[in-house]
Formats: sequence, C-alpha cells, structure tokens
Amino acid sequence: MMPLIELKNISKSYSDGDVETPALSDISFAIEQGEFVAIMGPSGSGKSTLLHILGFLDGQTKGEYFFGGKKMGDYSKEELAHVRNKEMGFIFQSFNLLPRTTVLENVKLPLFYSKIKESSWDRIAMDAIEMVGLAHRANHLSSQLSGGEKQRTAIARALVNSPQVIFADEPTGNLDSKSGGQIMEFLEKLNDMGHTIILITHETYTAEYSKRIIHLKDGKIESDKKVDHDHRRRGKDHFMK
Amino acid sequence: MTIGYTFKTAVIGLKTHKSRSALTILGIVIGITSIILVMSLGEGMQNLILGQIQGQVGSRVIEIAPGKQPKGPSDFMSMFSDSLKQKDVDALSKKGNVPYLSRIMPMVFGSESAAYGNETYQATFYGMTDAAGSMYNLVVDRGRFLAEDDVKSYADVVVIGSKVKEELFANNENVIGEKIKIKGKNFRVIGILEKKGASLISFDEAMFVPYTTAQQYILGIKYFNHIIIEADTDEHVEQTVEDIKRTLRNTHDITGSEEDDFNVSSQADALEMVGTVMNIITLFLVAVAAISLLVGGVGIMNIMLVSVTERTREIGLRKAIGATEKNILFQFLLEAVILTGLGGLIGIILGSSLSALMAFILGKVLSLDWQFAFPLSGAILGFGVAALIGLVFGLYPARQASKKSPIEALRYE
Repeated sequence: MMPLIELKNISKSYSDGDVETPALSDISFAIEQGEFVAIMGPSGSGKSTLLHILGFLDGQTKGEYFFGGKKMGDYSKEELAHVRNKEMGFIFQSFNLLPRTTVLENVKLPLFYSKIKESSWDRIAMDAIEMVGLAHRANHLSSQLSGGEKQRTAIARALVNSPQVIFADEPTGNLDSKSGGQIMEFLEKLNDMGHTIILITHETYTAEYSKRIIHLKDGKIESDKKVDHDHRRRGKDHFMK
Repeated sequence: MTIGYTFKTAVIGLKTHKSRSALTILGIVIGITSIILVMSLGEGMQNLILGQIQGQVGSRVIEIAPGKQPKGPSDFMSMFSDSLKQKDVDALSKKGNVPYLSRIMPMVFGSESAAYGNETYQATFYGMTDAAGSMYNLVVDRGRFLAEDDVKSYADVVVIGSKVKEELFANNENVIGEKIKIKGKNFRVIGILEKKGASLISFDEAMFVPYTTAQQYILGIKYFNHIIIEADTDEHVEQTVEDIKRTLRNTHDITGSEEDDFNVSSQADALEMVGTVMNIITLFLVAVAAISLLVGGVGIMNIMLVSVTERTREIGLRKAIGATEKNILFQFLLEAVILTGLGGLIGIILGSSLSALMAFILGKVLSLDWQFAFPLSGAILGFGVAALIGLVFGLYPARQASKKSPIEALRYE
C-alpha cells in the first residue's frame, strides 16, 4: 500500500541576506495511514519547520514530498488550501481560537471553507463538539473556556472535516498535566478511530502516547523507533500522577 | 463557502470594533451627506427659479431683443440699439409671415424717478400694451390695467407696482386717480398691482405706461427695446421662433444668421439656460464634496491596514484550516465595502433629513416656495460611490491580508 506521507531527501534552509541557515537537511521517511507518530527534539532541531512542510504551510528548499501519492509541487495554491481543509487538521500549542466567538462557531470554521452544505454545518460541528465532551459549552465564547476546554475545542475543529491526518504542535505545552493528559487521551482515541496523528513535542512522556518516535537533532533524523507497549504505559502514568 | 456566511463573518469582524468602525466611516458619512445635501438643495433651487420664470411669463411668450445674441461684453451695448421698429411689428403681425402668432406687443423700458408731492422714487418703467397683463401674469389689486385705448390715444396713465405705491403714497389708500410726475409730466394712476414678492423681475418696483406715451414723452425714441410675441400653442413656439427670424431678416435685408441685428429667445431657451447653469453649479459643489469622500476612502484604507496587522493570527489560522487567498481577500474586501456602504446609507439618510429641514426653514422663514426634493439619482450615486470607495481602498489591505504566509501569521504574537 502507498504511504500517506512520504518525504524524500527534504532540506530546508532560511536565507537572511547572504547567510543561509539550514533548518532541515536530507530528511526521508514515510508515514502510513493510521499511524501515531511523535516528532521529538530540542528547540531549534527543526521539528516545527518539518511540521510546516508536512502541513503544506511552507515549502521545502530541496527534495520531494508526496501526500497521498501526489507530489506537493503538483498541487496548485488553491488545491493546497483544499487539501489542508479536507485532509488535514491542525492543533496548536496556543489553541488559535477566534476570540469573541463561540465554541460552535470556532468548530464550524473549517466547514466554511469546505464544499459541505451550510444547512448541515451545525449538525456536523455539534457531533465533533460532543465527541470532545463540550456540548454543554457549545454556545460559550472561546474566552470563557479553561485551557483544557480551549484545546478540546481546537481538537473538535481539527476533526470536523474528518481529515486523514491531524497535526498537533505541542498540544499540551500550555496546559496543566491533568488537562494535558485528557488531550493526549483524545488524540489516542482519534488514532484508534483511524486518523493518522503526527505529534510535535519535546516532552518524552507526551511522545510516549505515540506508536513511533522520530528524533530530530540539528535538522537531521537521529533515530526513528517504534514505541513498545511498556513505554506507552509510562507516558500515561506521568499524567495520572 | 457561501456569500451569506462570509457576510456574517464580515459583520462580526466589524462589530468587534464598534467605535473604530464608526469613526472609520465618518469620512464617508460626511462626504455622502454633503453630496446629497448639495444635490437636493440644487434641485430645490432649480425648481424654485424655473417655477418663478414659468409663473411670471407664460411658456408661449417669445422675446425679440435688438442686437445679436450677446456672446461677450462687447456685444452687450448692441442690446440697446435701435434695430426694432414699427415696420417690424407690422411685418410680424401679418398672418402670412408668422401664422401661429396670437398676440404681439412692442415694449420699451427705462429707469426714471417718479414724484408725488415731496416723495420721489426711482423706478423701472415699462412701456407696454394691454396684452402685458396676461402675458406676464400681472394681477391688478385696485383699479384697472392699461387698455387698448390708452395705447392708441397716447394716454397719460400709469399702473404702479405695490412697492411704488408704498414709497410714494405710504398709507394713503386713495391712490386711484392721483397724479404722479414722471420726467416732468403728470401721469394719472389707474391701477395698483397685487404684491408679487421676491422674483426674478421685480414687478413690485415697476411702473407701467402705454408704450406710445413712453416713446413720445419719456424716452423720446421711435424704436422699441423689445418686441414680445405670444404663440397660439406651446407646440408652435419653436416654429414661431423660426418664422420670426425669417420675417425680421427679410425686413432688415439680412441674408444669414451671422448678420442678425436682433435675437429671439423663447421661454424654453431661458429655462434651458437657467437649468444648465444650475446643473453646472451643482456639479461643481458635488465635486468639492467628493473630495471628502476621497479623504474618507484613505481613512478606510488606513484602518483596514491596521486591522489586517492586528488580525494576523486570525488570517494565519484561517489559511491553515483551508482558506484560499481568494477567501481571505473576499472577506476583508467585503468588510470594507460593508463599512463604506453603511457610511453611504447613513449619509443618504442624514443628507435627506438635513435638506428636508432646510426646505422647511426656507419655506417658513423666508416664505419661499421651496419644495423638498429627494435626490433619488444622488442617493443611488452616493451609495454606489461609497461602495466603490470601499472596493478601491479596501483592495490594498485585503491583498495584504490574503498574501500573509500562514506560518508567519501563526507565529505572530
């Protein structure tokens, strides 16, 4: 079977005038449909850059990126936006909810840019909100929510278009450990439902929820290992404390 | 993506900054208000002036003046030349020459002081015939107007305007039959005109004598200052003007219009000219008001740019979850157009109310016959221009928004 995501010798460098700063060099890996992958590394290791490339938010300098078997360079700008809308969900460290807007409206936002009929938006959005257990908060403004609830809203927003892959960029970074644990449980549940999850983190205990960990260092892959069952247990124990 | 939802999104975007949105559209509101005000007042003024002309002189009246159509200051003196004579009146009176002529009246005029006892008053006098009464809609308050016999017999009689009566006779009401002195000659007052009020030709301050008497005893001339002709119907006015020109060229031995020593103008010409002048003035004022719209547009652009910077994160998020550049462009453009459109709407309401108020004040205080005219064309134009300004001045900020890179936008704190 064709992998969902395949990177071939991806490099990325930022140029600031004459100085070239490499962020990623020669990255190659593949992710199959239904995987739960954590990308780890210290700050400056290039993990955010990698996520941006994977999420079609940025382009690479060198190499080839295939998503669903199609080369990224073959997509037009409009098509990239449509793929982001339909096949990808994003969860950010800082939630990125619209201020002064209700939970329901926030979750509906991706539907606005989709081809789904407006008459079914409310139902689809409510299903997603119920899934993250926020039905009672649907009409609250995003500013009235706790950190954990905000991130659950963001998760509902990420899965409202039932995307193939969900990118989570340090989703527990701004949360206390209890809420953080809840968020990780949700991601695990989504993975069980068949969504591919790509998690960016620098915390080992968060990464240990995943089934595979890719370590980055100085823009290169340091290691790429499957997580055994015991380690997965350990990540959960951290949050249970 | 649907228009309705985009509209809702834009409205929410604007609502979150109510006072800023309100201040932003102030420039547009002022601009549209002044345009509506100028157009409405212009139309009202035009109606007033045209109404006065039509009310004073019947629409079938054609005026023949000596000299060619004045085109510059040097032509002005020719208006007082002596080219219009009795033989012209005779020729014009012939049915064969001017078939649709219903009445003809020679006219002379000048300015002379009239005296009664110790009172004197400098007044305009018109030498006319009995036809003047109906041609100029003159209403006699007391006594009678000039009669055919007065003209034939060179009678020393005068009909005076209400202002002349007041100046010479003050509160004395027994005026009919009294004698006033004009240029050393006694004239018996036979009638007083009803007060006409403010108008283009001030009949209140005028005296009317038979033209024969005026020629002989006041002016000492044999020619006429004007010849007034009335066509039988409105439809025949144009034809009659042509007939008059042909007849006069014939009697004056003139071959082409270049050599004309007279000019013929109908009521329609005068109305058209006044209308043109008024339109030019209105247009000029509208152009001045439009400058404030331009300033308002720059204000919109300024605020939209601030808004785009402030909402960088929102834009980034929208792009990340699938908004295309077109979506973002459309959203911000719509916000600008809603802003200016709303400004236009408020301006139209404000401008109309103000001009209605002005119409009321002018009518009550100055007792002018001023009708409020809602300038529908102005309202449509104003709204269109306002929306267009939103489109033009919103385009640059909206483009800036749509070009934002999502990662930079998401990183922005």
